Amino acid sequence: MEELLKIEKLSVGIHSPMGKVQAVRDVSFALHPGELLAIVGESGCGKSMLCKTIMKLLPKSAKIEGGRIIANGVDITDYSDKDMRKLRGKLFSMIFQDPMTALNPTVPIGKQIAEAILIHEPKLPKEEVYHRVIGLMELVGIPQPHQRYKLYPYNFSGGMRQRSIMAIALAAKPKILIADEPTTALDVTIQAQILDLLKEIRTKLGTATILVSHDLGVVARCADRVAIMYAGKIVEIGTAEEVYYDPRHPYTWGLMQSLPALNRGAKELKTIPGMPPTLIDPTVGDAFACRNEYALEIDYHEQPPMFKITDTHYAATWLLDPRAPKVVPPIGGRGHV
Amino acid sequence: MSEILLDVQHLTHVFRLDKHAVIKAVDDVSFQMKKGEILGLVGESGSGKSTVARCIMNVYKPTGGKILYRDIDIGDKAQLRKHRKMLESLRQIIFQDSTSSLNQRMTVADIIAEPMSIHRMRPARGSLRAEAEFQLSYVGMDASYLDKYPTELSGGQRQRVAIARALSMEPELLVADEPIASLDVSIQAQIINLLRHCNREHGCSILFIAHDLSMVEYLCDRVGVMYRGRLVEIAPTAELYANPRHPYTKALLSAIPIPDPIAERSRKRIDFDEVSFDRDGVLTRIAADHFVLMQEEV
Ligand SMILES: Nc1ncnc2c1ncn2[C@@H]1O[C@H](COP(=O)(O)OP(=O)(O)OP(=O)(O)O)[C@@H](O)[C@H]1O
Ligand SMILES: Nc1ncnc2c1ncn2[C@@H]1O[C@H](COP(=O)(O)OP(=O)(O)OP(=O)(O)O)[C@@H](O)[C@H]1O
Ligand SMILES: [Mg+2]
Ligand SMILES: [Mg+2]
Repeated sequence: MEELLKIEKLSVGIHSPMGKVQAVRDVSFALHPGELLAIVGESGCGKSMLCKTIMKLLPKSAKIEGGRIIANGVDITDYSDKDMRKLRGKLFSMIFQDPMTALNPTVPIGKQIAEAILIHEPKLPKEEVYHRVIGLMELVGIPQPHQRYKLYPYNFSGGMRQRSIMAIALAAKPKILIADEPTTALDVTIQAQILDLLKEIRTKLGTATILVSHDLGVVARCADRVAIMYAGKIVEIGTAEEVYYDPRHPYTWGLMQSLPALNRGAKELKTIPGMPPTLIDPTVGDAFACRNEYALEIDYHEQPPMFKITDTHYAATWLLDPRAPKVVPPIGGRGHV
Repeated sequence: MSEILLDVQHLTHVFRLDKHAVIKAVDDVSFQMKKGEILGLVGESGSGKSTVARCIMNVYKPTGGKILYRDIDIGDKAQLRKHRKMLESLRQIIFQDSTSSLNQRMTVADIIAEPMSIHRMRPARGSLRAEAEFQLSYVGMDASYLDKYPTELSGGQRQRVAIARALSMEPELLVADEPIASLDVSIQAQIINLLRHCNREHGCSILFIAHDLSMVEYLCDRVGVMYRGRLVEIAPTAELYANPRHPYTKALLSAIPIPDPIAERSRKRIDFDEVSFDRDGVLTRIAADHFVLMQEEV
C-alpha cells in the first residue's frame, strides 16, 4: 500500500544560548493509511519536536538540518508556513501535549471548535456549524454540550479540555492525525473510550495516526507499530508484538523493567541509572552507552546502525552485530508483564 | 502514626457559570489523612479531584464544609491569617498543569529557589543556586538546565521543575496533582521512588492524585475514588483493588490498561451505567477502614 507519510533521515537542531540542541537525529519511518504508529521514549528525547517538525510548527530557533518529509506523495520539507496552512486541519491535524496552551483561554470552547470547522468550510450556515460543533462535542464525550458551548477553557477540567482539543483536531476529518499524549490527562475509562474513538476514526476515515505516549498500556491497546526513541533517535521499531514480546534494545528493556506491574512488592521501582544526555554536544558513539549495563567497548566510539531483525523489526544496538557476545534479554516473551 | 494531619469535613465547592448554571464540582466530601500517610485520589476526569486539592491549599474558598489542618480551621479568616506563613511552607502543591503554573519569565534556578527565598530559608548547600541544582539532580536533570526558561524545556522537564520546586521546601503535606503523567516510565519510577523516600525518611504526607492506577496501587497506603463530585469509595489500597464495591470503582479498575498487546486488545471492560448513579447515598462502613457510598438503610 502507498504510504501516506514518509520521513527520511530527518534531523532537527535548535539554537540556544548554550549551543545547538540536536532534538531530532536521523529519524526515518513510514506511515500507511489507517495505521497507528506509537512513539514512546524518554522525556525530552525529541518526540514533540519530531511531531512539530512534521506539522511545520517549529519554534523560530529550530531548523530542519537534513532529510525529507513526504506527505501524500509530495515533498513538503521546504514548505513555507503559508503553504502549510492549507494542509493543516485537512491533511494533517495535531493534538498537542499541553491542553492549556493549545486552547485560546479567551474564547469559549464551542466557538473554538466552530472556528476549526469554518477554516475549511467558510460558507457553512450558522445553524449547521452549531449543529456540527454539538455533534463533535458529543463524539468526544463532553456531556451537556449545549450548556458547555459557551464555557471558557478554564471552566473545564483537564480531561474535558483534552476532549475539546480532540474535537477541534477532528473538525476537518484529517488524513493524518498526530496526537502528542492525547490521553495522559484522562481517567482510564475515558482514556479507553478516546482510544477506541481513535480506532473508530481510523477504520471509518482511514486516518493514519502518530501517537506519542508514555503509557505502555495505552500503546499496547492501540498501536500497530511501536517506535522507541532515545536522545533524538529511533533506537527500536517494530510491530507491537515484536517490541513488547521480543524487545532488543537495552533502553527498551530498561523502560519495560520500570513498570510497576513488574515491581509488585518491591521496595523501589527499577530505574535506568544515570541521566539522559542534554542533546547539546554531538555524541561520540551511542548516546545510551554510559547508562547501558550491556554496553560494549565499541558503543563508546561508534554509533550503532539500525540492525534488521525481521522485515518489520529493527534496532540500533551493537548487541545485534554478529560479532557481539550473546546476551540473554532480562525480559521478553508473552505474559512477562 | 495515627495522628490526624488533615481532616476534610463535608467539603462542597460550587462554581457559578452564569445566572442560571452552576457546577457542583465537589459535593459533601469527607476524609482524613494521617500523619505520614500516602493517600491516593483517583476517579473520573472532572470529578473534582483538583478542586479538592485546591481547597486544601486555600486556592479556592470552599462553598461549604470545613478543612482542618493540624486542628487549624483553614477556612477561618482569623486562624488563617495567624498561621498563614507556617501553612504556606508546610503545605506544597504540584499543580496538574505545570506549564501554566510556572512563571515563564523566570529561569529554572529561580523557579526552584523562589519558595526558599520567600520563606527566607537558609540554604543547606550554601547558596540558593546550589540548592536548586541539588533539587534538580534529584528529579534527574543536570545543572545545564538551571538557566533555561520553561519554554525551552520539554513537557516532562517542566513537570520535573515543578516537582523540584515543591520538594525543596521539605513539606509536611505534599499535594501532588497528576505529578507523573507527562513523564516516561523510567523517570516516573524515579519520581515515585523519590516521593517514597520523602515519605519514609522525612515523614512527608502525600495526597497523590493520578489516573495511573497501577502507580497508585504501588505507591499509596489508601485510595479514595471520586465520581461526579462525590467520594464514592475509600479503602486501604490492597482491599480496594481486591474487593471494589462501588459499581464505578469496579468499572474504573477494569479499565486499567495492561502493557501487553494481546492481553490488552482482548481485555473486557465493565461498563458503568451513569443513570444508575445515586449521588444521594451516604459513605457507609462495610469493613475495617473500607467505606462505600450507599443508600441509607431504613
Ligand atoms: N525552544 C527550545 N530551545 C531550546 N531547547 C529546546 C526548546 N524546546 C525544546 N528544547 C529541548 O529539545 C529537546 C526535545 O524536546 P521535546 O519537547 O521534543 O521532548 P519530548 O520528547 O516531547 O519530551 P516529553 O516527553 O517530556 O514531552 C528537550 O531536551 C528540550 O529541552
Ligand atoms: N474555575 C472553574 N470554573 C468553572 N468550573 C470549573 C472550574 N474549575 C473546574 N470546574 C469544573 O468543576 C468540575 C471538577 O473539576 P476538577 O478540575 O476538580 O476535576 P478533576 O477531577 O481534577 O478532573 P481531571 O481528572 O480531568 O483533572 C468539572 O466539571 C470542571 O469543569
Ligand atoms: Mg513532548
Ligand atoms: Mg484535575
